[in-house]
Amino acid sequence: MSTDVIRVLSPTAILGYGFPVASFEDGLSRNPDVIAVDAGSTDPGPYYLGAGVSFTDRQAVKRDLEYLLIAGRSRKIPVLIGSAGGAGARPHLDWCVDIVKEIFEEQKLSGRLAIIPSDISAEVVLEALEEQWIERVPSGPELFSEAVEASTFIVAQIGEEPIMAALEKGADVVICGRSYDPSVFAALPILRGFSRALALHMGKILECAAIAAIPGSGSDCMLGTLDHDGFVLEALNPERACTVTSVAAHTLYEKSDPRLLPGPGGALDLTDCRFEALDDRRVRVTGTRFVPTQDYFVKLEGARPIGYRTVSIAGARSPDFIEALDNILDGVRQQVRNNFPEVQEDDATLLFHVYGRNGVMQALEPETKVNPHEIGLVIEAVAKTQASANTICSFARSSLLHFGYPGRLSTAGNLAFPYSPSDFQAGAVFQFSIYHLMAIADPVSRFPFELLDLEVAS
Amino acid sequence: MKTLKDVATVIRSKNAGPYELTFDVLFPDITTYERVVESGVVNAQSVSQLYGIPLEDVKGIIHFAPALAIKVTIKRPRVSGNLGESDVYGAQQHAPFLTLAIN
Repeated sequence: MSTDVIRVLSPTAILGYGFPVASFEDGLSRNPDVIAVDAGSTDPGPYYLGAGVSFTDRQAVKRDLEYLLIAGRSRKIPVLIGSAGGAGARPHLDWCVDIVKEIFEEQKLSGRLAIIPSDISAEVVLEALEEQWIERVPSGPELFSEAVEASTFIVAQIGEEPIMAALEKGADVVICGRSYDPSVFAALPILRGFSRALALHMGKILECAAIAAIPGSGSDCMLGTLDHDGFVLEALNPERACTVTSVAAHTLYEKSDPRLLPGPGGALDLTDCRFEALDDRRVRVTGTRFVPTQDYFVKLEGARPIGYRTVSIAGARSPDFIEALDNILDGVRQQVRNNFPEVQEDDATLLFHVYGRNGVMQALEPETKVNPHEIGLVIEAVAKTQASANTICSFARSSLLHFGYPGRLSTAGNLAFPYSPSDFQAGAVFQFSIYHLMAIADPVSRFPFELLDLEVAS
Repeated sequence: MKTLKDVATVIRSKNAGPYELTFDVLFPDITTYERVVESGVVNAQSVSQLYGIPLEDVKGIIHFAPALAIKVTIKRPRVSGNLGESDVYGAQQHAPFLTLAIN
């Protein structure tokens, strides 16, 4: 195989989001050197990290992995999975490894499996805090030891270095804990001597697969071809195309500044980056630089439990009720407070989401003088125990249903419930406790990997 | 009077990490992009008014010509997913930009 170019196949934006088989097979026909996929995101919120649960479905992840692993093993090219199980902590990693092992067994595959945990113990973070190796990110708060101690899981976004180390030891499949999204795409190219800047920038775009194409899709394949001066992006589905605008626009996605993209060990500098159309469907990118930081920083993510949630969903259609709603909700809050001391003592929280008014934007909503003919209400209680959340939600719901107010015409009940039962237990509630940078001495030895030889069962 | 939605091809919002919300306004061609950039209607003052937030919570206004885009970043009213959250992904906070008047 030529060492002048390296081809990276990205089947889907998130493992489990799927892809058309035709696109994937077309990608394989281009002889990729590696199949890489990102499985993670903090987008779905703190629950998944805090609870150790994947936000993707097991069957959907298994479906995607079957194609990837069968193709990777039959072609003898590595399959690299970043941010296993979504949040990438040990339970997520084990969940993904279990699926991979199951597929190896069912499909009678063999090969070397590397597992790279990226959990960081509270002790290590506390020590780093003490040594002032922790930094804030823009708009983020300072980190205090109390938040570290309260976290159920803490992970670091690993860079490409531990993955390169696993590949050097002959790993055929690498499953990473939480990783910086581009890492799995950049590891093999960097190992083969290609530019770190270009490999990471290509990974940055490939990690979302065909989202960077037009029409965009998180469930379709992209191919990246890297040479020593730049890289070419191509959507594998003929119905999609990479255009200069679609690729450049993707550079903006979920980032606060498209010109400087910080990651483990440094930042991608796109100031002198050029995007050019090779034809109607392919874009070539050149000029990306990598600016290393003096210390090697990884991003830490942690989540902590804050209680249990119960919600009730209802609608209202009475104009007099809708008009008096603010006073009515204040009245209900007062009734709940009078009956339940835990709400008074801030051990429990009662919230109302008013859809049709400002349910989506709350304080950011500029349309404050609306007059909807109907509204949707979510009554939300969060308390120390599920039983207490149930009680508060139930009490607030029944108080609101029968709340009397001046001018009330509809005296049989204020709310329309779509469901019986009307209340839903939403279980444990988490919040992000850590989203900070930590300086580490060595990006490889901090994240040692486990290497397993998976043989075909006899 | 024309508004941003009459000339932009994409107006979107999304989390940029759990502490910030970022808005992308994309234009169909360089002429439109430059016209809106030069008009200066998207600025820290106008964004703070659109969203009713303090000026210091507008974290950046970036003109990114390669993507024919203006990017605006603000501090999130609360950390994503914290108690009281209404938009975990931050994907539905863009609407005030739609009707921003342009010269």
